[in-house]
Amino acid sequence: MDFHLLFQLSMNGLIVGTLYGVVGMCFVLIYKASQIVNFAQGEFLLIGAWVCWWLLTKYQLPFVWGFLATLVFMMVFGFLLQVIVLRPMIGEPVISVIMMTIGLSIFFQALMKWIFGVLPQPYPPVFSVKSVDIFGLQVQTVYLMAMAVSLVIMIGFAWFFKMSRMGLAMRATSFDQQVAQSLGISVRQVFALSWAISAMVSAVAGVVVGVVNGVSSALSFFGIKVFPAVILGGLDSIVGSVLGGLIIGVLENWAQFADSQYLKWGNLYEIAPFYVLIVILMIKPYGLFGKRDIERV
Amino acid sequence: MTPHPVLVARDVSIRFGGVKALTDVSFEVRPGELFSIIGPNGAGKTSLLNCISGRYRPTAGSISLGGRDITHLKPNKRAAIGIGRTFQNLALFGHMSVLDNIMVGRHHLLKNNFLTGPLYWLSGARNEELAHRREVEHIIDFLEIEAVRHATAGTLSYGLRKRVELARAMALKPKLLLLDEPMAGMNLEEKEDMARYILDLNEEWGITIVMIEHDMGVVMDISHRVMVLDFGRKIADGLPAEIMENAYVKKAYLGEDLPDLEEDAAA
Repeated sequence: MDFHLLFQLSMNGLIVGTLYGVVGMCFVLIYKASQIVNFAQGEFLLIGAWVCWWLLTKYQLPFVWGFLATLVFMMVFGFLLQVIVLRPMIGEPVISVIMMTIGLSIFFQALMKWIFGVLPQPYPPVFSVKSVDIFGLQVQTVYLMAMAVSLVIMIGFAWFFKMSRMGLAMRATSFDQQVAQSLGISVRQVFALSWAISAMVSAVAGVVVGVVNGVSSALSFFGIKVFPAVILGGLDSIVGSVLGGLIIGVLENWAQFADSQYLKWGNLYEIAPFYVLIVILMIKPYGLFGKRDIERV
Repeated sequence: MTPHPVLVARDVSIRFGGVKALTDVSFEVRPGELFSIIGPNGAGKTSLLNCISGRYRPTAGSISLGGRDITHLKPNKRAAIGIGRTFQNLALFGHMSVLDNIMVGRHHLLKNNFLTGPLYWLSGARNEELAHRREVEHIIDFLEIEAVRHATAGTLSYGLRKRVELARAMALKPKLLLLDEPMAGMNLEEKEDMARYILDLNEEWGITIVMIEHDMGVVMDISHRVMVLDFGRKIADGLPAEIMENAYVKKAYLGEDLPDLEEDAAA
């Protein structure tokens, strides 16, 4: 058994898992505020990655500035998307809004192909040292950055929901919009804020994956990969989405290991998370941390 | 001279398709008053309350609070200018703790945002939160729900949940409190407690209260004035003693039969 490979893959799994966790949190954020399952989450990554790429290559901005500008752009983008497209849908059945996010996903994917072309594009080199050596394992510098940024984001999210006034307002809104309104909460503001944050934070993951693998429409597949992660963790749990992301990240890399060493089926890496999805839905449909309805006996 | 009314409703009508839920209902609530609305099921009591809190928009007529026309104001804005309410069918945030439920009520009073919030110690957000927690503790103390402060709201007994809902509405610091059947489904002891809280709120805290309630004993005991609705129309309003003598009310609530009832009700 090739232990070195196993460790390397586990490490990769943890890192990619953190990114799944971050995108999962964005997904959960929108779900918590508005009960909407956002199928266009992957496109947020895609748009963020393309915009950052464009700023870096066309205007030769230093990475830090390009990255920050991308975040600001995505925040405005998420806000406007909510105001222009989704706000008129307030009060409609949630399922119609979910259908709409599927439409948005297709639309943005086509739009990105139209603007930036269909060929994958590499990012200009961002870090002078491409990878560093940790306990004999090669870890890409950008992944380390991703880990650090993800941790900050995760702590931020936890604080936001548990402690802040808007976080509490969001939780209240997800429970009952009309009651929340009668307590002085502006439901529109809550929704706009949740989409803005979600789009912005997703873009972080988009840029990181873009730096490693280059930008292409394959990036939006991330949005689908996040499903097993959030369902495993529980659709409405921030902690669950992070943990689910880590588990799925490691699991798919182990699947890769088993596949390449023993099974030789090919492509198990892509498929394994969805087997998990099916199993989870059968044995624990609320996920690890999801809320059940409280029943009084 | 009577002081300026807090709440004025003028010819409020609302219809849902062909159903007229309210027809030309006008009334005034004076500051510091405990005003009750009674009437049989489907009389339009809750619709009227929803018009005041902003959940429904009246088809015709106007509503004003403290001289300001609020007919077209959004519900969250109404909460911010001092209208608090409870709901007929409990509407607590079931998965949140009692404390969080009540803190939601402070939302419009808290000023920290996502910029000042993270600078917890620097921006004064900490002091602000402490001040509000103190206020919330005061409310918890008043309603005697200290013991369940950290319990998950959805797991509490019915009577306690009603009390938590009242606490949440109080946290808004309302000028006007709308209570939709605060005693429905309670046993005698719980009802007495609730009646005491409502009286204290009215007398000690000086909050003007509009209440819908079916328990005639309680209504006649604690209300200053009573209004009767039926089929979306106002039948009468006046002092509890006057309402008790009203022929229509006698029929509806006390079961006495009067031959000339139809004329009386229409008058």
